[in-house]
Amino acid sequence: MTESAPGYLDMELMRFTTAGSVDDGKSTLIGRLLFDSKAIFEDQMEAITSASIRKGDEGVNLALLTDGLRAEREQGITIDVAYRYFATPKRKFIIADTPGHIQYTRNMVTGASTANLALILVDSRHGVIEQTLRHAYIASLLQIPHVVICVNKMDLVGYSQKVFEQIRGQFLKFAGKLDIKDVRFVPISAKFGDNVVERSLNTGWYEGPTLMYLLENIHIAGDLNLVDVRFPVQYVIRPQSDQFHDYRGYAGRLAGGIMKRGDRVKVLPSGLVSKIKSIDMFNSSLDAAFAPQSVSITLEDDLDISRGDMLTGVKNGPLCEQDIRLMICWLNKKPMLLNGKYAVKHTTRDVRCIVKEVDYKMNINTLEQDYENREIGLNDIGCISIRTTKPLFFDPYRLNRTTGSLILIDEATNETVGAGMII
Amino acid sequence: MEELKVNHLRELESESIFVIREVAAQFERPTLLFSGGKDSIVLFHLARKAFWPAKVPFPMLHIDTGHNFQETLDFRDDLMEKTGASCIARLVQDSINNGRVVEEKGVNASRNVLQTVTLLDAIEEHKFDCALGGGRRDEEKARAKERFFSHRDEFGQWDPKNQRPELWNIFNGRKLMGEHFRVFPISNWTELDVWQYIFMESIELPCLYFTHKRKVFKRDGVWLAWAPFIQLRDSEKVEVRDVRCRTIGDITCTGLTLSTANTVEDIIVEIAATRVTERGGRYDDKRSDAAMEDRKKEGYF
Repeated sequence: MTESAPGYLDMELMRFTTAGSVDDGKSTLIGRLLFDSKAIFEDQMEAITSASIRKGDEGVNLALLTDGLRAEREQGITIDVAYRYFATPKRKFIIADTPGHIQYTRNMVTGASTANLALILVDSRHGVIEQTLRHAYIASLLQIPHVVICVNKMDLVGYSQKVFEQIRGQFLKFAGKLDIKDVRFVPISAKFGDNVVERSLNTGWYEGPTLMYLLENIHIAGDLNLVDVRFPVQYVIRPQSDQFHDYRGYAGRLAGGIMKRGDRVKVLPSGLVSKIKSIDMFNSSLDAAFAPQSVSITLEDDLDISRGDMLTGVKNGPLCEQDIRLMICWLNKKPMLLNGKYAVKHTTRDVRCIVKEVDYKMNINTLEQDYENREIGLNDIGCISIRTTKPLFFDPYRLNRTTGSLILIDEATNETVGAGMII
Repeated sequence: MEELKVNHLRELESESIFVIREVAAQFERPTLLFSGGKDSIVLFHLARKAFWPAKVPFPMLHIDTGHNFQETLDFRDDLMEKTGASCIARLVQDSINNGRVVEEKGVNASRNVLQTVTLLDAIEEHKFDCALGGGRRDEEKARAKERFFSHRDEFGQWDPKNQRPELWNIFNGRKLMGEHFRVFPISNWTELDVWQYIFMESIELPCLYFTHKRKVFKRDGVWLAWAPFIQLRDSEKVEVRDVRCRTIGDITCTGLTLSTANTVEDIIVEIAATRVTERGGRYDDKRSDAAMEDRKKEGYF
């Protein structure tokens, strides 16, 4: 085996989301990360170089790398979530690149839903603005475990420590109201590369790590809940073959905890208890499986289990209720209807619900709860109560992002209209 | 206690298997688009894993342009026989014969665009409500915005501005009569991930991916395979070189890499060091800046 191939097999996967306003250099920063980690190829570089010249840009516009669709290239703005990939010897990265303007909260929420880390850009000349706060709120609402504030364009403020410290202070004052577990600050210039991959000589006063160092080293393996066993049954595998005549495997992806052969498990909704006979994975069996692995589980007893049921530990089970309170982010032009009925997807379970009550609407610029105007329209976030046709097996979103999240679907158009985080 | 974590390939694998199982659970008549290229071979491997010890509960669908490398077709037939899977083949030549499409003319003629019609016809004929594909978001700019579950209207069209938001790992496959979905389980894989996974799982591939001697010619900086139906320009001459395919598609548009890589390890090293994207060798993408976006809107793979 040759030099690099085996080493690269053991990388960790890190998903992060980027948010910033139109001109704070987000696309340039992503272009810089891709460029400095050599994820940009010659033909892409040639394509953007010639496009930069055609458009009359000064130098090569790294931002062009991340603008995908024709409409965006024409308008010069990013209009949807775009996914980018790069890798270093330590980690493989997936970037969910989302636009920053207000009307695109829905995209930011989408990008944030699967992220381990949020990268928020602040223009050092403008400091913390309304949009920064909105981004931070969404990171907190979606429970992204790590937040990195990149104070960008430091070159335009003379690499001033004072400016950096002021911005840090402004942000921390606000962050006290939020539920963010881990927040870091890095002074950078995306355009010139200061503290992005290489330490900058212009910021001698800054003793912290570069952005790339943070991305490569922030501890993410502990972010998943490995204590409470949650296994939503996704599909029942029943081979119609002589060799596996009586095989009945419950296929799914662990949403939490560790399952071991011989463990006792409780089946929801029936409440019956059985023992794990085997944990299977293509021609072999495992002694144990943990989140986020996809496996197939067989039990000692012949029980009636189907998609939408859940296997859990005998202790520490999930909540099992029909009346549910949640934060909702509305994703559709048609506003949410009070007393309206929607289809619900939660883990692998499909139910219907009625919106019983709007508790308050969140003013995401001031973080105040609005009890007067409670209409929830596109890009609004609010606290609501729903009643479902059948119980859901859930945990609060803070404890488990998989069993604590759900989507609402308009039954007439089949569009995904709401993203819910159970309180 | 020792910290539990999986490497990036196992995490991607888990995600893909989850998506494939969602398809089996949410749709009545899915199919897997099989081209004989490495991405669809990996996808097929993942599908086998997802349902083991049962067989993959849906058929493969191969749209054969008639301009395929013979090695690809032989490989396909072998693989289906070995695994007991079923594969439906539909020919672009039939669409031409029935007058559904008209063959392109000239030196750059390709059946790449024509196959969209054959594909949509096959989907309609078999009443497929979901087609799994091996598309990856890192392949091309327009693909970077593709969802895992991509909705297509009754004309098979993709509307990039009106995509359903996709949050967490909750996939909404609800649709009206006549509509269908394209689902891309390996959306988050890169070219290197695919090769590393092929190595890790010892997945067999068509010999075209490894170095071999072949009659080739150079067009606009891209090495293309010579075949009897290819029209050469005056300036182009056929020569024999050591080449391998980085992607496999139609003979007319599959760029070849000069390479002596003979094993998957060699290829991983070659790709880790390479400076040109995979689709950089795809002649079909060079037609315009937004070539892929335009084809995808029409219902392309």
